[in-house]
Amino acid sequence: MSTVFIALQANEETRPIIEAIEIDNPQAIVHRQPAMVKIDAQGRLVIRRATIEEQLGRDFDLQEIHINLISLTGHVVEDDETLTLSWND
Amino acid sequence: MQIDLRTVAIQPQRQAFDHLVRRFGDKAASRYQEGSYDIQAAENLHYRPTWDPDHQLYDASLTRIVMADWYALKDPRQFYYSTYTLTRARQQETAEANFSFVESRGLADMLSDELRAVALNVLVPLRHAAWGANQNNTTVCGYGYGAIFTQPCMYHAMDNLGIAQYLSRLGLLLGDTEALDAGKKAWLDDASWQPLRRYVEDCLACRDPFELFVAQNLALDGLLYPLVYERIVDQHLSAQGASAVAMLTQFMSDWFDETRKWVDAVIKVAAAESDANRAVLTEWTRQWSARAASAMVPVVELALGSGADEAVGEQLEAFRARVLKTGITL
Amino acid sequence: MDMKVAKKKLGLKDKYKLMTRDLGWEPSYHSKDELYPYMNYEGIKIHDWDKWEDPFRLTMDAYWKYQAEKERKFYAIIDAHAQNNGHLNLTDARYLSALKIFLQAISPGEYAAHRGFARVGREFPGVGPQVACQMQAIDEIRHAQTQIHAMSNYNRYYNGFHAFADQRDRIWYTSVARSFFDDSMSAGPFEFMIAIGFSFEYVLTNLLFVPFMSGAAYNGDMATVTFGFSAQSDEARHMTLGLEVIKFILEQDPDNLPIVQNWIDKWFWRGFRVLGLVSTMMDYMLPKRVMSWREAWDIYGVENGGALFKDLARYGIKPPRGWDDAEKAIDHMSHQFMLGLYQWSFGTAFHSWIPSDADMDWLAGKYPHTFDKYYRPRWKHIKKLADAGTPFKNYGLARLCQTCQLPSVFTEPDDPTLTCHRETVYKGEKYQFCSDGCQHIFENEPEKYIQAWLPMPQLFQDPINGDLGEWMKWVSLLDGKDNGDYAGSEDQKNFEAWRGLATTNQ
Repeated sequence: MSTVFIALQANEETRPIIEAIEIDNPQAIVHRQPAMVKIDAQGRLVIRRATIEEQLGRDFDLQEIHINLISLTGHVVEDDETLTLSWND
Repeated sequence: MQIDLRTVAIQPQRQAFDHLVRRFGDKAASRYQEGSYDIQAAENLHYRPTWDPDHQLYDASLTRIVMADWYALKDPRQFYYSTYTLTRARQQETAEANFSFVESRGLADMLSDELRAVALNVLVPLRHAAWGANQNNTTVCGYGYGAIFTQPCMYHAMDNLGIAQYLSRLGLLLGDTEALDAGKKAWLDDASWQPLRRYVEDCLACRDPFELFVAQNLALDGLLYPLVYERIVDQHLSAQGASAVAMLTQFMSDWFDETRKWVDAVIKVAAAESDANRAVLTEWTRQWSARAASAMVPVVELALGSGADEAVGEQLEAFRARVLKTGITL
Repeated sequence: MDMKVAKKKLGLKDKYKLMTRDLGWEPSYHSKDELYPYMNYEGIKIHDWDKWEDPFRLTMDAYWKYQAEKERKFYAIIDAHAQNNGHLNLTDARYLSALKIFLQAISPGEYAAHRGFARVGREFPGVGPQVACQMQAIDEIRHAQTQIHAMSNYNRYYNGFHAFADQRDRIWYTSVARSFFDDSMSAGPFEFMIAIGFSFEYVLTNLLFVPFMSGAAYNGDMATVTFGFSAQSDEARHMTLGLEVIKFILEQDPDNLPIVQNWIDKWFWRGFRVLGLVSTMMDYMLPKRVMSWREAWDIYGVENGGALFKDLARYGIKPPRGWDDAEKAIDHMSHQFMLGLYQWSFGTAFHSWIPSDADMDWLAGKYPHTFDKYYRPRWKHIKKLADAGTPFKNYGLARLCQTCQLPSVFTEPDDPTLTCHRETVYKGEKYQFCSDGCQHIFENEPEKYIQAWLPMPQLFQDPINGDLGEWMKWVSLLDGKDNGDYAGSEDQKNFEAWRGLATTNQ
């Protein structure tokens, strides 16, 4: 199974997002590099609005992720509740 | 060791990039200047387009307008991406607040059937016209010459899309998805909309970027925006108690006020460049504005009935006065 | 009558559909072919534009909102960087060579992409792809501008930045990047999308923006990190568009496969060559290094590229033709480029230098099979010449590849001791290439590539007529300031003096 990843800027705003990704994707591996955090996962990575809101304590629109997004790979499926990255293999 | 770098007073080696020093003298350049002047490749272009081998990749001869320096067509707003985006972000906040005010107070539900129908009939099909405007400005950006002229056209294109989206939201708010369906049907089939749709499709077929700029941004928008948003929405509908609609179209009114200054500045400089330019611009403006005026009559009739001819006639007078200030006599 | 309409609750996808593709209509006053004239000549068959899946569904209001937030952050940081002499936070000013190359060669590419995407954003007869391309068009001018703005402050204090607009069109090495973008823009709209949207954005830009920018952070350059990561956040949308484009084309008709495969082969190799210089930026130009080019390639090339092509295999797509040759070049290219840059440094508006012993030890550790064997001996020889006061300079004209326009500094894929050189004769003229990949690209479209503007022959035409000084004037290169070895340069002296002011009480 191939690896998908998402990379976010390392700052206060992304801390709860990264925590939420870790909660929802226990298989994910988090790499902390200068100024950025890269999260790898085998095959599939799910980002859930509800989990981010729990970490954040406020409403969150998944599209807010664009502000601190650096890069990603895989097919993107986006709806109001989740953003999923995956490869078909 | 913590270094306090602010305390170091060092002498800069130079003020600005060479090409800006040549244009504006040896002084610090503004971000608009840095982000706009001479940033399009100009020499030693490698290959002719396979889709148009008779021209260069960037080719000033795609239009009949001739400029010694295309960078003379300055945007008085001095928009570069950042100032543009920050300006629109502020405006969208206002638009968002207006939409939620109308929605949360149930103002849309308080409109009479008649006024609601007028608002929907006039405004919703215009989302398609705005999409046409988007494509036309994208053409000008894609094929026009010189970043100072093409850059604001991209911003304008995205604004046209934003307007199409605000009109779609207005349709959804006042009449749900059925309103959008009905609007599209009218745009495609109703006699009232065919002259305008034909105008927009003729623009889509026009490949002279400057002529397209005139046809879309000067002639059509110069009549459509004041007629629809000032006369019909802000005056006619509001006077009858439908000011909620005006809240939903405030973005368009403000946008037209702002952008016409840029359009006028471009036309004025291009017309002042040469008598030949002035003659071409006059010919284009005359042809396209006459067509735009007659295309607007049946649209305005949807709201003003028999008052449409007079309203369009007055607006055409105002338009003549406007373009006269840019050096074009109709 | 109760006029309260029960509003349908629309999900993101349906709402976005109404906000974009529902705006379009079938024209009837003109034919579709007349309004969208470039749709057929490349041979791509599209049966149903409605099958297009939108990548990221941002309406304009959301776009303005989020992009404005990015812009506010970006300009706050570069303003502070300028006001506080942030340039003195750099680990070393030689690092700026990487930024000079960036501003002269890459930022103009961002502008070219802006115009190219505006064109395809108009030419596709489907609202979904049009809007996605237009959004990329406006993003790309953002990137050109944020880069110019971020580097403007460096221009005030350091050499080599001042003439980027002149050098974009005239100096020899920027022709590599410009010919790449000119090539894509002069192609049809579908090829442009495979070239820039897919091959460049998806397969290659991560290599440029992610590890290099992380390296910029590591070297104290917050201005560059900020534009890099801020640009890359848009790239995430662009990459998604690139992937969607290729899936869409392949799903529309099986006849599209060979055309697309041919473009992938071509543009992978074009992109690999044009981004090759990033290898040198990473291995040599970052004073402190986060990872080597090889390590970056393993992550962003092998792992991600591999996953991508495994995924696309279901359509019959194979990894690009030059993939194996690329892999063989990875452990060599940064050294070959840097050696080339050093010997021609009299003609570059940036500095190069001989790596220190410590740097060479690092390179030997990262390239255990190649550095000590092939490249350390050459650097040692060059160092000996420099120490003896007779620095090595190659005033001979570099032989440029007709396709990628790089000098032939590369070796045979299977023999690192032999320079790779290919040639072909077309209509009685001889053309030179750096590799099989570039020769193959030429032979597929000779009528295009014979048009290439080659900077070397220009040297012998008016107003230069073979005079090096005249050439320098023509490319706005200030001899003794912008060019040559970093050691002893004005940039080095100034940086050290200014740092001295900051760290002592003199």
